Amino acid sequence: MEEPIISVKHLMKIYKMGDVEVHALRGINLEVNKGEFTAIMGASGSGKSTFMNIIGCLDTPTSGEYLLDGVAVANLDRDELAKLRNVKLGFVFQAFNLLPRTTALENVELPLLYSNNHSASQRRDRAMAALEAVGLAERAGHYSNQLSGGQQQRVAIARSLVNDPVVILADEPTGNLDTRTSVEVIEIFQKLNDKGITVVLVTHEPDIAQFAGRNIVFRDGKVSKLIEVENRKIAAEELPKIPLPMDEIEP
Amino acid sequence: MNILNVLRVSYRSLARNKLRSFLTMLGIIIGVAAVIAMLAIGQGASDAVKQQIAGLGTNVVIVFPFASSQGVVRFQAGATSRLTESDADAIRAQCPAVKYVTPVVRVVAQIIAGTQNWQTQVMGVYPDFEQIRNWPVQAGSYFTDSDERTAQKVCVLGQTVANNLFGTGSIPLGATVQIRDLPFKVIGVLSSKGQSSMGQDNDDIVIAPFSTVQQKLSGTIYANMLFASAISSEAVNTAVDEITQFLRIKHNLRPWQQNDFTVRTQTEIASTADATTKTMTLLLASVAAISLIVGGIGIMNIMLVSVTERTREIGIRMAVGARGGDVLTQFLIEAVSLSLAGGIIGVVLGVFTSRFVSDIQHWPVVISPQSIGLAFAFAAIIGIFFGWYPARKAANLNPIEALRYE
Ligand SMILES: Nc1ncnc2c1ncn2[C@@H]1O[C@H](COP(=O)(O)OP(=O)(O)O)[C@@H](O)[C@H]1O
Ligand SMILES: [Mg+2]
Repeated sequence: MEEPIISVKHLMKIYKMGDVEVHALRGINLEVNKGEFTAIMGASGSGKSTFMNIIGCLDTPTSGEYLLDGVAVANLDRDELAKLRNVKLGFVFQAFNLLPRTTALENVELPLLYSNNHSASQRRDRAMAALEAVGLAERAGHYSNQLSGGQQQRVAIARSLVNDPVVILADEPTGNLDTRTSVEVIEIFQKLNDKGITVVLVTHEPDIAQFAGRNIVFRDGKVSKLIEVENRKIAAEELPKIPLPMDEIEP
Repeated sequence: MNILNVLRVSYRSLARNKLRSFLTMLGIIIGVAAVIAMLAIGQGASDAVKQQIAGLGTNVVIVFPFASSQGVVRFQAGATSRLTESDADAIRAQCPAVKYVTPVVRVVAQIIAGTQNWQTQVMGVYPDFEQIRNWPVQAGSYFTDSDERTAQKVCVLGQTVANNLFGTGSIPLGATVQIRDLPFKVIGVLSSKGQSSMGQDNDDIVIAPFSTVQQKLSGTIYANMLFASAISSEAVNTAVDEITQFLRIKHNLRPWQQNDFTVRTQTEIASTADATTKTMTLLLASVAAISLIVGGIGIMNIMLVSVTERTREIGIRMAVGARGGDVLTQFLIEAVSLSLAGGIIGVVLGVFTSRFVSDIQHWPVVISPQSIGLAFAFAAIIGIFFGWYPARKAANLNPIEALRYE
C-alpha cells in the first residue's frame, strides 16, 4: 500500500520574465502514496499551481526529478507528456475548463477521443458511467453553459476520471463554488478516493483541507509543513449540517 | 487520435460556428464559382469561334489587304488597301487551283422600304460568293455575272433584313428598297444562317453586285478583302501559293520586299482565333484564380483568428491528452473542410452563374468536367496551404499558457 505514485526530488521552477527571475519552486521533496487523499495548502503565490502543473505534466520543471507511477517525467518530450496526461492523470481546474457549446457527454468523452482505443459506443458508455459517478447522468445532453457552476465542476471531474487515471489532480476545484456546492464536490472526490483513486487537491480553505487525509503546506516555493489530519471530515456526513440556500427551501 | 475522430472533432467545431464557417467559405465559394464561370465562358467563346469559322464555307482562302508579320495579322496604322477587283479577276484567270473568287466590299447603310427602315451591312460581291460561302437563296436568285459587270441595282436580302422591312416570313421578290436613297430591286432572299454562336446575326446582311456597291455606295476602288475557294481541300495550300506568287508579281514586289497582303486559309484563321480565345480564357481564369487565392488568404485569416480565439480550447484538449499532431490535424482538416465545402458550393454556384450568363447574355458557355476538377483541386490545395500555418501555430502552443489565456 505504501508505494509512492508521485515522487519529486529537489524540484525547482524558475520563471524568467526578461531580466527578472521568479523562483516559484525552490526545491520541493515530496511523495504521495497510492490511494492517498492529499490537500496542498498555502498562501497565494506560494507555488501551489506551479507544482500542480508540473506533476500534472502540463509544465516542465527547471530542474529536479519527478517519478509518476514509476515513470521519470523530467526528460519526456511533448508527445510523451500528452500521453501521460491522457492515460495516467485527470486534471480538475478552478475555472472548470469545459469546452463551450459542447454537451456534458461530449466534454467527458474528450480524453477518450485522444486515447484511440475505444469505439464510439465504448466512449459513450464510459462517459455515461463517469457522469453517473458524479451524479449527472440525466444532464448528459446539456450544453456546458446550461449547467450551474457546481454541475460544471462535476462534469469536469467526470472528464478527469473517465480514463481511469492513477491520480486526479485538482487545483482549487472549489474556488469558484459556494460552501454547500464545495462540499458536494468534495464528497465526489472522497467517493472516488474510497474506490482507490489517488487525489491531490489544492485549496486555500482550511475547512476544505479537513476532508483530506494529509495536508501539505507550501510557503515561498517550499514545503513548510506536513500535517496528518486528525478527525478527518466526511463530506457525506457534513452535508446535512449545511443549510440549503434560501431559494431551495421555498416550496 | 484516429482520422475518424479528428474528422468528428473538426466537424463539430465547424458546426458550432456556422456563421463564421460560412463567411470563411465565402471567399472560396466566389473564387471557385468565378473560375468555373470564366472557364465556361472562355470555352464557350472558343467553341463558338471555331464553329463560325467552320461555317465560313468550304476550302476557303481569304486575302487581306495588309502585311502580316510572324504569322499574326496586324492591323497596322495607315495600312492602305491594295486589293482591287482586278486582283480578283486576275486570280480567277491565272490560278488553276482556285475555283471561285470574289472581291468583297462592305458598307454599313440605312435601308428603307416604304415606311420601314433598317440599318445593316451591305456586302458587294461576285455571284461566286454563293459557292464560296455555301450560302444559297431561299427564294428568287443571286444576281448574275452580267448584273455585276453592268452594276445593276439589284440585291439579295438576308432574312433578318427582309423580316424587318417587309414583315416576318415575307418573300418581297420584285420589291424596291432604298439603299442610301438609291433604289435597289430585291431579286432574292438568302436562306437563313441563323444567329452565330457569338450572338451575331448572320442574316442581318444585304448582298449586292460588287461593282454596284463599289461605285454607288463605297466610292473606293479598293476591296476590303478577297474570298476565294480552292478546287479541293488538298488544293488549298497550292491555291495559297499561287495567289501569293501571282499577287507579288501583280503588285510589282521585289524579292526583298514583304507581301503587302496576307493570304490566310480557314484552318489558319481557326487556329489564330483559337489561340486568341485561349489567351482570353487564360486571362479570365487567372483573374478568377486570384480571387481564389484571396479566398484562401481569408481562410488563413479566419483560422488564425480562430486559433487565438480558441487558445483555451486548445489548452483544454492538450490537458486531456491531445498531442501537437492531433491539434495540427484538427485545424488542418477544419481548413481543408472549409475550402472543400466552399469548393462544392462554388462549383454549384459557378454552374448556375454560367447558365445564367448564357440565358441572359446569349453567350455560349461550355462547362467542362476538367474545369470543375481543376477548381476543386485548387480549393483543396488552398485549404492545405493556407491552413498549415495557423494549424502549426495551434499545435505548438504550450498547454499551460494556452489554458491561462483569457
Ligand atoms: N507563467 C508565469 N510567469 C511568471 N511568473 C509566474 C508564472 N506563473 C506563476 N508565476 C509566479 O510564480 C509564483 C507562484 O505562483 P503560483 O504557482 O500560481 O502560486 P499559487 O497557485 O500558490 O497562488 C508567483 O510568484 C507567481 O507570480
Ligand atoms: Mg494557484
